[in-house]
Formats: sequence, structure tokens, C-alpha cells
Amino acid sequence: MSFLENLSSYQLDILKEIGNIGSGNAATALSKLLQRKVDMTTPSVKVVSFDEVMDLVGGPDKLIVSVFLRIQGEAPGSMFFVLAPDEAEQFVRQVTGLKKFSFEEYPIDELGLSALHEVGNILSGSYLSALSDFTKINMQPSVPSLNMDMAGAILSEGLMELSVESDYAIIIDTTISEDGEKSSVNGHFFLLPDPESFRKIFKALGVED
Amino acid sequence: MSMTSNVVKVGIADLKITRAPEILRTSGLGSCVGVVVFDHSQRIAGMSHVMLPDSHLSKRDDLNEMKYADTAIDLLIDSLLHDGARAYALKAKIAGGAQMFSFSTSNDLLRVGHRNIEAVKQRLSHHRIPIIAEDVGGNSGRTIEFFPDTGILKVRTVNMGEKEI
Repeated sequence: MSFLENLSSYQLDILKEIGNIGSGNAATALSKLLQRKVDMTTPSVKVVSFDEVMDLVGGPDKLIVSVFLRIQGEAPGSMFFVLAPDEAEQFVRQVTGLKKFSFEEYPIDELGLSALHEVGNILSGSYLSALSDFTKINMQPSVPSLNMDMAGAILSEGLMELSVESDYAIIIDTTISEDGEKSSVNGHFFLLPDPESFRKIFKALGVED
Repeated sequence: MSMTSNVVKVGIADLKITRAPEILRTSGLGSCVGVVVFDHSQRIAGMSHVMLPDSHLSKRDDLNEMKYADTAIDLLIDSLLHDGARAYALKAKIAGGAQMFSFSTSNDLLRVGHRNIEAVKQRLSHHRIPIIAEDVGGNSGRTIEFFPDTGILKVRTVNMGEKEI
């Protein structure tokens, strides 16, 4: 906990800016993809217990659809793009034009799933490349993994690296929402840097204490 | 007995002891393992939400004993005995340890589910506590509830509904 307690407000601002740049880029990509206006909130940086991470999306039991990837390179970490299942369905329908795509009809339409996977890939890729350009830190995404299950089961996987060192996570959370009359989609970007990555990010941006 | 039992929630890397009619619940187990140790005739049970296999993984001095299979199970047993359970009567049920993502990677932490199961079994066997039921592995998240009065463990998954073990 010592490292987290010692973060200055300046360093927290830097982390917010990181979230801003990454998710801003992803929101632009999404807006092009949907050909609609996509809004995003100012990112928030939270120092939270593992249980509180689950609460950010409605509790550990809550069913979520998530694209998860590991960030590889100089500043490793985990990244999630999280949607509620009905929002993910809407999302797929808009991107693919499939009218009846649903997670409840088995077998789930392969094309729809593949589209969702690809969207996750594009969004997280654009998030990361902006981050990498800004910080000049080499970061590459792993192949993303698409999953629908309980939030606790999915998100705890992104906490494993952190859990070796800490009982808390610094999570950079940005909410994106699509601005539409008929339907709107809300999603979360969660960026969870591994403990040693913070030092590298701060060093790269010249804000070491 | 009242129809609505009190639910004692067990968080991540957390551990709780309770007696009937209260029930124990932990939600959204992925690669983590839920370990229940109980003395049925005394109606007392403890549940632990284990996150990592081995406390030697810790890079800290002040480690959270409830997080690791080895330390959490020791603590679970100590607490149960302290609260009146009898060592010879203790039995265990376990659930969890899924592999949520199919990464082909050299990163051990992403295959932690399997290692958690092994570590939990090893530690319970070290204490000579029999595992009388288990629902482990696979690739689904689980929510579990234990009823100390019946000794039943309810396991709920998103795709395969609910079962009792």
C-alpha cells in the first residue's frame, strides 16, 4: 500500500491524462465504426480494494461481456472493455446489421461474436497505441479474449499480477456512451497497470518524485 | 427456522466462520477457489476465497493470510477449532479454479486456477481433512453458498444453472 499512499495529486492527474488520451482515441475509433457521436466521461483514477473493483460494474455476480487483454512490453498491465450483455447485443446489431443477435439464443451467432471480438481489438488497440505514442513506452496488446460471465470471475483475472504485491488496485476508469435517440451503449474501459509499470510511466513522463 | 437465512458474504481474499442458520456466500469465483471446511454435527462452517496458491509468491512482508491457499486454510482451520469445531469431524467442499481465458502464454499467473486447486487440495490433505465434494476447473465463473445446517454447497454458474454438491 505504501506506493499507492504516496502518489501525489500531480501523479494522479498524469494517470487521468493517460486515461484521457487512450480512451479518447478509442472513442474516436468507436464513433467512426458506428458512424455516430460517442461521448466519454473524464476518466477517474481510483485506488480500490479488489471487492470494490467488482462494484464498479454492479457487483461480482453481475453478468458482463468483456474484452480482456494483457499489455505486453515495457509497462505491462491488464485492460478491459466491459459492456452489459444487452448493450453488447445492441452494439453487435449496430456494427453488423444482424437484427436478432442475442446471447441467449444458442448457438450464439458466430459472426456477431467475431464482430464483437474485432471491435474490442480495434478499441483496445487504439487506446494502447495512443498511450504508447504519448509516453514513448513500448506497449503491445496480447490477442484479446472475449468473455461473458460473472464480473468477479472475469475482472479478478486482471488483478492477479497486482495481487502478488498489493490488496489494492489503481484503476483508470473511463465510461463511454453513445449519443443516440433510439438506443445508447455504455461501456467501461479499465486500465490496470502492473505495480512496476507506474514507475516506468512516471519516469517516461518526467514526473518521478 | 426463518425462511430468510442471514447471508454472510465472503469477499475476495477473505474468510468467514459462521453457524446455522446463517449461510456463507462468495460470488464470482473465477480462477479463485472457494474452500468450505465444516463440522456438520456442530453446524459450524468456514469459507475462504483463495486467490493465489502459495504465500511464498508474496513480495511483501505484511502479507494477507486470507489470500493464499496455504495460509488461508491454516487460518480457516485454526478459527474453526477456536470456535468449537472438532478436528476429527472436519470435512471440506471446494469449488472454483476455472480457467477464464484461453491465452496461450508463458505467463503462469494466467493459469492460476489449476494451481489454486492443487494447492488447496495439498493443504487440506496436509491437515488430513477429506474433500467430500468438489466442482472445480472448467471455464465458467461460479457463485457458491454453503448451508451449515444441511452441509449442502450450492454452486451457480451462468450457463449451467445451479447444482448442489
